[in-house]
Amino acid sequence: MRSRSRPVADLSPILPRGTGQDDSAVAAGGRAAPRARLGERSAQWMFIVPAAAYLLLFFGYPIVKNVVMSFQQYTATTFYTGAAPFVGLQNYSDILSSDLFPKTLLTTVLFTAGSITGQFVLGLAFALFFRRRFPLGGVLRSLLLLPWLLPLVVSGTTWKWMLDPDTGVVNAALRSLHLSSSGIPWLTGTSQALLSVILINIWVGIPFNTAILYGGLQNIPPHVYEAAKLDGAGPLASFRHVTWPLLRPTVSVVLVLGVVYTVKVLDIILVVTGGGPADATETIATQSYELSFQQFDFGRGAAMSNVLIVISLAFAIVYLRADRRARTV
Amino acid sequence: MISPARPPARRIAALLTGTIVLALAATGCGGRTGAGSATGKVASITALDYYTDEPEHTQWGEMLTACGKTAGVKVEQTSVPGASLTPKVLQQASSRTLPDLLMLDNPDLQQIAQTGALTPLDEYGIDSSGYAEGILSAGTYKGELYGLAPNVSTIALFYNKDMLARAGVAVPRTWDELKAAAAELTRPGRYGIAVDANATFEGTWQFLPFLWSNGGDEKQLDTPQAAQALQLWVDLVKSGSMSKSVLNWTQADVHDQFVAGRTAMMINGPWRIPALNQDRNLHWGVAPIPVPRSGQTPVTPLGGEVWTVPQSPSKARQEKAAQVLTCLNDSSNMLTLAKQHFTVPSRTATAGRYAEQVPSMTAFAKSVEGARARTSELGAEWPKAATGIYTAIQSALTGEQTPEEALRHAQQIATSS
Repeated sequence: MRSRSRPVADLSPILPRGTGQDDSAVAAGGRAAPRARLGERSAQWMFIVPAAAYLLLFFGYPIVKNVVMSFQQYTATTFYTGAAPFVGLQNYSDILSSDLFPKTLLTTVLFTAGSITGQFVLGLAFALFFRRRFPLGGVLRSLLLLPWLLPLVVSGTTWKWMLDPDTGVVNAALRSLHLSSSGIPWLTGTSQALLSVILINIWVGIPFNTAILYGGLQNIPPHVYEAAKLDGAGPLASFRHVTWPLLRPTVSVVLVLGVVYTVKVLDIILVVTGGGPADATETIATQSYELSFQQFDFGRGAAMSNVLIVISLAFAIVYLRADRRARTV
Repeated sequence: MISPARPPARRIAALLTGTIVLALAATGCGGRTGAGSATGKVASITALDYYTDEPEHTQWGEMLTACGKTAGVKVEQTSVPGASLTPKVLQQASSRTLPDLLMLDNPDLQQIAQTGALTPLDEYGIDSSGYAEGILSAGTYKGELYGLAPNVSTIALFYNKDMLARAGVAVPRTWDELKAAAAELTRPGRYGIAVDANATFEGTWQFLPFLWSNGGDEKQLDTPQAAQALQLWVDLVKSGSMSKSVLNWTQADVHDQFVAGRTAMMINGPWRIPALNQDRNLHWGVAPIPVPRSGQTPVTPLGGEVWTVPQSPSKARQEKAAQVLTCLNDSSNMLTLAKQHFTVPSRTATAGRYAEQVPSMTAFAKSVEGARARTSELGAEWPKAATGIYTAIQSALTGEQTPEEALRHAQQIATSS
């Protein structure tokens, strides 16, 4: 996101200047010059067209289609007849007024906040830990990436087995340690199930957080730490006054990307709890999936996913503004 | 250095239009491929089903090939996983690339027929006499027959003979006996009974025999009859005779629990029999699902897949597909398929003969006769009621709501627009 926003910001001052030159050249009235510029121009377009076509085809079209769909009564029948009556805001008012929506929204917020907090704190701890040089540090750091490499369906299924209240290894361990006599209903209790999917999602997200934060830490020049040390800063003070301020840009990238990735998490929840028990782990993403692909009510499903897009967009804007402020300071 | 010049607005507009046209062309109606000419001789037709597992896939493939031969065509069989069949069919419906012969799970038929993508079978002079009423109603939409199933199934109570014998428990016939037997059979590390109560249509399907046998109805879910049925499941979980994990189990998980000896009884379908037979040390029996009071007959939901002939520009291909469909529903082929898959032939007379030949299937052959199609009352509206039912099961078994509250909510879901 950061790298994408940069060229746009840097390009804008060039554009008017370029046009200015262009205008003055035209005013000079050279004959060969316009033809050369035409060549230049088409060359520029040839660079832009593939990317623009790609973006329009694979991002623009689906988003536009999704927005249009959310204003239509788009059902299974639509696929054959092509008829999708326009219903205005009906789909939105239906999903927003359903008694499940406030609960789903709260679950989404708890899931996102819980996952991000856990992933970030643990990810940062691992990144700081692996910054020290010690034998096998590199190997261990690459092993830490494993959860990231596994297909989510595989890790989800494995977690489901491990957390099984009767036969899972987690409860077996708790019982043998005499920490719990009956075991914890990880997947069958309504509040525990949400906690379980959050814990699993934290486990999934740690590698991403560690990798990016570790990269950010590598960018902090060592001499700053040396200087801090000379000034008598202990480990805490050097974290507080050196690491944290210099890591801030990376932190904001990690957090915003994390939020955008987490609000839309679908596979883990579908595999581990299927949104249950009793809708306890139903998020906006799983709701949208269910509406579209189980009930084949694509209009409402699209409306629900647009709610999700708006939430993601809000975070992206917050990030961009924070980023701009940080840049101007 | 190239100076980035700003192109005229018109060119941007042209570019945008071009790209959008391209996008529409790429995603919109593609050409119909492999449809063959409408007039020429049809050499092959396509068939789509969800029999992806072996040996099912091969057995159905062989049956389709054999039936294709009698109709003088080659049948190209494609199988997709069960969950992706309906999305695939919708996709094909919109791009007009539906197969010539299409298999559908029977509760999905009405929804697909509603779209207009299927053709009525009487157009091809297909004879539908002698079929059990349940399966005909599943294949019928607005008075027209759109699909026929060669064989059907339902669910029943499977029990571990050794465990029942050791505990001195008779096979339960009524709800009270079921509760007592399940409690009696429960040991450390083992539950009395297992069902599938997960938050999918599968959970709903397993609950239906309890709901229907007690006089409950999907048209009106907030009734005492429905609440009593749900209370039975709640009691089984509360007393510890049934694991709370039933909330997450699929029918396959329930089967695994039974095979592993972690449950003495289970509700499941006859398609599990081949796998159950593989374990020589497992001595299992099967009985009808217990009913509220002795003497009642259980009303079970009808399972099975119907074959349909989708709309197609080629009449000749449709005719061929209909011939293959007729062949699949031929009495002797029904028997072959039923024996291969431990299902029941859908013609009542054939089912009777089958029960004589395969005594272990008698329980199923009997219950299939009176089995009810899930869509017989609500038609294309069934998915909403089904969603309401599994939501109620989940809320009641977790203790979030009482059965009465949960079913009131289910009724709201079922009747919401």
